[in-house]
Order: sequence, then structure tokens, then C-alpha cells
Amino acid sequence: MMSQGLVTVSYIGATILFILTLGGLSHQETARRGNLYGIIGMTIAVLATVLGPEVVGTTSYALIIIAMLLGGTVGLILARKVAMTQMPELVAILHSLVGLAAVLVGYVNFMGESHLVGVEKVIHEVEIYIGILIGAVTFSGSVIAFGKLSGKIGGKPLILPARHFLNLALLILAIWLGDSFLAAAEHGEGTWQLLAMTLIALAFGVHMVMAIGGADMPVVVSMLNSYSGWAASATGFMLSNDLLIVVGALVGSSGAILSYIMCRAMNRHFLSVIAGGFGTGGGTVVAAEGEQGEVFPIDAEETATLLANAKEVMIIPGYGMAVAQAQHMVNDITKHLRDAGVNVRFGIHPVAGRMPGHMNVLLAEAHVPYDIVYEMEEINDDFPNIDVSVVIGANDIVNPSALEDPNSPIAGMPVLECWKGKTTIVLKRSMASGYAGVDNPLFFKENTRMLFGDAKESLEAVFKGLP
Amino acid sequence: MKIGIPREVHPGERRVALTPESAGQIQKLGFELQIESGAGQAANFSDTAYEDAGVNVVDGDSVWSTSDIIMKVNAPKAEEIDKLKEGQTLISFIWPAQNEDLMQKLAARKVNVLAMDSVPRISRAQKLDALSSMANIAGYRAVIEASQHFGRFFTGQVTAAGKIPPAKVMVIGAGVAGLAAIGTANSLGAIVRAFDTRPEVKEQVESMGAEFLELDFEEEGTGEGGYAKVMSEEFIKAEMALFAEQAKEVDIIITTALIPGKPAPELITEDMVKSMNAGSVIVDLAAEQGGNCKLTEAGKVVDKHGVTLIGYTDLPSRLPTQSSQLYSTNLRHMLTDLTPDKDGQININMEDEVIRGATVIKAGEITWPPPPPKLSAAPPKPKAEAAPVEVKKKKPLLPPVVKSALLLLAAAGIFYFIGSGAPESFLNHFTVFVLACFVGYMVIWNVTPSLHTPLMSVTNAVSSIIVIGALIQVSSDNWLLVAIAFFATLITSINIAGGFAVTRRMLSMFHK
Repeated sequence: MMSQGLVTVSYIGATILFILTLGGLSHQETARRGNLYGIIGMTIAVLATVLGPEVVGTTSYALIIIAMLLGGTVGLILARKVAMTQMPELVAILHSLVGLAAVLVGYVNFMGESHLVGVEKVIHEVEIYIGILIGAVTFSGSVIAFGKLSGKIGGKPLILPARHFLNLALLILAIWLGDSFLAAAEHGEGTWQLLAMTLIALAFGVHMVMAIGGADMPVVVSMLNSYSGWAASATGFMLSNDLLIVVGALVGSSGAILSYIMCRAMNRHFLSVIAGGFGTGGGTVVAAEGEQGEVFPIDAEETATLLANAKEVMIIPGYGMAVAQAQHMVNDITKHLRDAGVNVRFGIHPVAGRMPGHMNVLLAEAHVPYDIVYEMEEINDDFPNIDVSVVIGANDIVNPSALEDPNSPIAGMPVLECWKGKTTIVLKRSMASGYAGVDNPLFFKENTRMLFGDAKESLEAVFKGLP
Repeated sequence: MKIGIPREVHPGERRVALTPESAGQIQKLGFELQIESGAGQAANFSDTAYEDAGVNVVDGDSVWSTSDIIMKVNAPKAEEIDKLKEGQTLISFIWPAQNEDLMQKLAARKVNVLAMDSVPRISRAQKLDALSSMANIAGYRAVIEASQHFGRFFTGQVTAAGKIPPAKVMVIGAGVAGLAAIGTANSLGAIVRAFDTRPEVKEQVESMGAEFLELDFEEEGTGEGGYAKVMSEEFIKAEMALFAEQAKEVDIIITTALIPGKPAPELITEDMVKSMNAGSVIVDLAAEQGGNCKLTEAGKVVDKHGVTLIGYTDLPSRLPTQSSQLYSTNLRHMLTDLTPDKDGQININMEDEVIRGATVIKAGEITWPPPPPKLSAAPPKPKAEAAPVEVKKKKPLLPPVVKSALLLLAAAGIFYFIGSGAPESFLNHFTVFVLACFVGYMVIWNVTPSLHTPLMSVTNAVSSIIVIGALIQVSSDNWLLVAIAFFATLITSINIAGGFAVTRRMLSMFHK
């Protein structure tokens, strides 16, 4: 058995390991070691707690071992079975578990006896209240996000009338309930306030994520990531546990920074994303000006010739590549072209896909070497030198109207300026517009060629056509 | 149909329109091939090699008399024109703008003529753009010729016997030939500078390793079809001043400036030549069209004012094997476009933009010049009305200084409120919390964006540290609390195992 002192020291060690985990992710080479640090840190933290003075009795050990074995097995199976294209869904559903756990721990704490008195007791109750609140929002929001990402719920934003007032009303209600809860908790009551608040928080989470369009999903996923961190942190305050506070703050700020990066990549304010509804926040959606001109279709064979004759090729993947599961074909083509001396590179927009870094993971899965995968900022100036850009299932992230049309709903959003290259080939199912519902003048540019059809089948045909 | 390849009669021409390699691919299109004996000799392709590739080797007269299609490199000479029969198709370089006489004579023979030099410069036609493939070779050879007549190293060296500065090369005109020359000179170690009237080639020039010389002057020189156009007088003045200044410095000048259908512009004056260092070299790739320097003599190497002026007009022919190979591949692509059914029957489809552009005479009727091409290699400028691309910014309510001051004040207020009201124990945790936020902030900004997904899954796993809150409640006396704690431990364990395992799985996929 460990004394409280030893437990605390172990927690410090775990904290350091967790910081190293995140630090390790600064580079691919150190990332694996970082993950290992995380595992070690978690093991130390859990062992220290279990062996510490607060867990006693054989039943407790048995219960813990059963719960962890069961949960761990489920988790491992999930992790093994999930396809890389479903990563966003997995992350979303895992977030919901953290949220749920925060709610449960909050309730357990509320129901358990407390030795605190005076201000400390009030603070403790506030912490419980906030912890449950954040946890519930994270939980229901993540479940909805999971539904949206896996296609079980439609991607279109659900806009209720007067939704801002609705949100405001929910917030005021939550505060009022909080006040009432604190008053009731003085006498050891307050359960119904807590339950009512939980329901409100759940409703708020559902409503918030339902109102957000599919293209804003990267922001939502990273925001929920952040919430799960704050929930852990709030739980830490509640339990007076510095390890939880630190780890929660790390995760919370990590998610917040990711949200910020995603918002910047879409040139949108965090608040307007959360307020929901793409294209509805920025005034009226403008109809396309004048006629669209015509598109120039191209067939797979010509595409192959263009690629084979090019020196510089840029591949711009989007969510469509994930949907069509085309990443392996992309790698085959890339390998073939690179062996033939064509400099093939990848340009990744920060919000390509449904969560931050989604495209990188897909490409890595298909064994595309990461040193030819570039971020938008690194390669956007190179486009004038590019002979052929291949846009695979992306739309808004290559939309020139973001830069050229100040009235566009996506005006000012940084985009990959592929039209500055010699030729752009766009792989697309049809002429439908992207998530933002904005027409894309790229398709009508004179140096753009459209290769219609399923991305995977088209690429297979292109691959066969390569010399 | 039968395709015949006669021997080139132009003096000094070493290229041939067919190589044994491309012969096989042309036969696959359904054509029969015959070649005049000895046609490939100068390009190092023997008659036997052709025979091995299934090409009939015949004498000159039967090539002309029994072929349906004649493929050549140079435009036909008078005696060759006489051998053409009605209905035959000739594919070769023609230069219809400069050779009106030739066009009339060819039209009189009632033949079809496809000019390889008139293929429109659009991306689809790149594979049959013989001008580019020849220009590429010419640019390379221009540097090689220059080095031949330039009595010094290209690359700089520091030796025991003293320092040798690198040669300075200026390339005027960054078309295909110019870019090839830049690349070659650069790889030999010279300092290369390049000039072009089209500002959008700057990046191409820089990518080949040269410095792009810029004029402080607003005018764009991009004409139709990716060629340069004639510039205004002021522009030319500024340009000439730049060249005069450069001429004093550089050792080698390679000029490639051509404007289609017009005599080459004079860019290097006699005075500039005089100002150059003795032993310098000028290679004038525009010599055939009158030269970018008036002192050049087409086809010859001359010495003027101590400067060697190279005016060879047959630079591609000086690398005959490779230029033949590229040219015959261009021809093969042309034939592929002409025979969409691969049945050995050509179809001169005037609806096809590429074939329309290349066909200068159809059944004795002159069809040159074609209507202007629809596509340009560089996208045309957006219309003027779209010019003011200014995203309207909302005027901030408060000036930024006031805003940050207010924020600071608010933060200070919150901290004061917390500090004055909260007990010591809370403040300790609060300190830890604030510091951890800062550590997180510092650490997370360093995470490479490509690892954002693993970051999310690992932070997910890490945030399951909340399991501790559940673990310490498992020993409670209240069975309800135990049950809830058990359930919470279960789900967080899913998260811990799942999060770390999936992160590991993802990270193991990243490789160089």
C-alpha cells in the first residue's frame, strides 16, 4: 500500500509524462515515444490511485479489475477495428465517454459525504455543478457529433427559430438553477436542481451541435475535445486533485488551440461557428453572378497522360477522398509517378476532412511518406510552378471566390490556390456544391478539367492509363 | 494507310522523322511504314534497325510515290514539292507565316498539310508540341556551344593556383529554350540571370536556378497562346538600358526572344557587344528570324569586337538522335489524334482544336491562320470590374489598444475577485490550473498540424484521467455510488485503451 505522499509524488511523475506526451507530438519521429509516455503516465496514475489509501477492500479491487479489463478490451477492439476514415466518429464517441464519466463522477461526489464547511463547501458545490454541466454538454454534443459524422444524422444544420434566444434562455435557466442548487445544498438537498440542470445541459449540447453544418465539423470535434478537457479539470477541482486539474487544462487548451486553428483556416469567428449554420451568419447568400460558363470534362486516359508528362504535381485531397476510400489508389499513383521522376506533393488544407489532421492520417494509412505532405501555408506560393493539381473530393477549400468575391459566404477564408498552376484536374461525382453551399468558379476556369465519377474508380482508371 | 519517311535533303540536317522505337507504336495505330534508305543514318539509326522494327526500307522515289502520308522534319524543298501527289498528306515543320511562297506551291499540289509548328499551345497538345521539344534541345545545345567557344570554366573554383570566378550567363527570353539554357548553364556552375517580358515566368526562372531580372515598369507581355507580344516603346527603352548594363558584366548572353510571325526583335546592339569583355560569347537562337543581335550571321560563328557570336540555326539537329526521338514521338501523338479509331485511316477533323490549328492546307485550300485558340497557358486576367478585391472589414467597435487594456482590466478584476473571496486551498489548485493552461498553450503550438488527429485521440485518452475520480469512490459504502463508480471506470477504461491504441496505430503509419 502506498501512503498519500507517495501517491502525490506518483501523480507528479504522471503529470510530467503527460506533458511529454503532448510535447512528443511536435514531430513524427518523437510522436510514438510520446504516446508511450502517455501510456506509462496513465498506468502510474491508475496504479497509484488503486494502491493509495482511498481504495480499500478486496471487492473494490475486484470491481476495478473487472471494469478495467472489460472496458480495456472494448477499447482495444474499437481501436483495432476502426477504419481510418471513421477516425472522426471514433474520436467523437470517445469524447462523449469522457463527458459521461465527468457527469457520473460529479453525481457520485455530490451523493458521497463531504467534510467541507463554509466557503470551501460552497466552492466544492459550485465545482460539482460546473463539472456536471460541462460533462453533460460534452456528452450530448459528442453523441450528436458522432451521429452527424457517421451519417446517422443528416449533415445539414438544424436551425430552430430564435435559437440564440433559446440558448440564452437555457443559460439563464442553468444559472438560476445553480443559485437554487447552492441554496438547497446548504441543507443537503438540491438533487432535483442538479438533475434539471443536467437535462438542460444535455439539451444545450444537442441543440448546439445540431445547428452546426458538416463543413464546420472539424471545429466542433476539436471544441468537444477541449470541453472534455475542461470537464476533467472541473472534476479535478471537485476532488482537489492536481493531476486531474493539470491534465484537464492541458487537454482543454489543446482543444481550444485546435478550434482556434480550424476557425482561422475557415476565416470564421469561433462564436459564429458555435452559433451555427454556415452561410446564415454572414448575411444573405449571393446567387452566382451571371452565367457560369462551361466546364471542360476530361477522361482518365488524358489525365494519366497529363500526369505522366508533368514535372510538378500537387494532390489536394478532401473529404471526398475519405468517402470514396481512394487514399490507397492515390498512393499507388503517387509512387508510380515519383518513380518516373515526377515531383508529386500533397497540399493539405487545415479543415480538409472532418477533423483536424484527418487527411494526414488517411495518407499515412496509405503509406504516403509524410515528408511530401505539406500544409497549405507551406505550399500555397508554389502553385504557379505546378503543372497539374489534382483535387480529389474537395470543394470549398479550393474555391477562388473566397479570395475574389467579397460577397461570398466564405470570403476571406484561406484556400489552396490551385488555379494558379497550369492545369487543375478536379475529381468530382457531380456538379453539386460543397458543404458551404457555395458555387465554385474553379470548375469553370479555363485551365480546369473535370473528371467526373467516383474518386476511387476514376483513379483506378488513371492508374491503368499511366505509362 | 501507308506512311513514308524520306531522307532530309536540307544541308546539314541530321534529324529524321521516324525512329525505330516510335515505329512500333505507329504500326499499332494501323499504319504501314516505309522509309528511304539511309534516312536515319545521320541520327544513328541504321536501315537494319528500321527493318527490325517492321519498317520497309525503300528508295527515295518510291517513298514519295507510294505513300499516303509523308512525314518530314523540315519544310519540303522545291524538288520535293514536285514529287507530292494530289490527296497526299504532308506532316512537317512549315512556318506558314514566313513561307507564303511555299504555302502557295503546296496548295497548288492539292495536298493536305499539317504544320508541326502550328500546333496550338494548349495543355492537351503538349505531347505533340514539337516546337517545345526542339526548343528544349536548342536551349541545352546553346549553352554547350557557348562553352565550346568560351575559353573559361563555367563554375567558379578556388585552387592552389588562384581563384577562378564563375562565368556569368544572361538568358533573354524564358520560353522553353530559355529555361533549358538556364538549367544547363546553372548545372555547369555558372551564375545565371534571365529576363523575360512576361512577369509570370519569374517563378519558373527562379525554379531553374536563375535570378530573374526585373524592370521597374508596369506592363505585361503575355500574349495569346503563351507567347510574348510586342511591347511599348518605353518598355523597350527600359529593357535596353537593363541589357546594356548587364552586357558589361556578363560573359555569355543567350537570346531566345521571338515573336510569332514577326522578325526577331533587336535586343543586343552593336554598342552593347563592344562593351562586353573580350572573349565573351553571344548565342543567338533567333538567328534564323534575323537575330536578336544584328551582328549575328545565321548559321555561322563570327567574331565581332572580340566577342564570339554564334548564329547556328540547326541546334536541335546537333543532337540528332535525341531530337529525332522527341520529334518522332510528337509525330506519333499527332497521328494518334488523327486516327481516333486506330484503324490506319486519318481523319482531319477540323472541329478538333489541335488538329484545326495544325492543318494549314486542306485539300489544296489554305486554312491558315486558324481562329485564335481558346485557351492560354496562363489564365487570363480577371475582368477589371472584379478588381477591387477588398473584403469589407467590420470596423472594430474599439481601437485595439483600448480593447486589450479592457481585457487586461477584466482579467485583473476576475483575479482580484477570486483572490479576495476564495480560500487558500482553492487558490493552490487555481495556481496549478492557470500554470497548466500556459504549459498546454506552449506545448500544443509546437504540435505539427499533420499530427492533429493523433493529438486529439491521445488527449482523449489522457483526459480519461478522470477515471481517478471514479476509482476512489469504488470503496464507498453506498451500493449506488459503487455501481455508478464501476460504470464510470468501465467507460473511461474504454477510452483509455481505445485512445492510446488508436493513437499508436495511427502513429505507426506515419513514415518517411
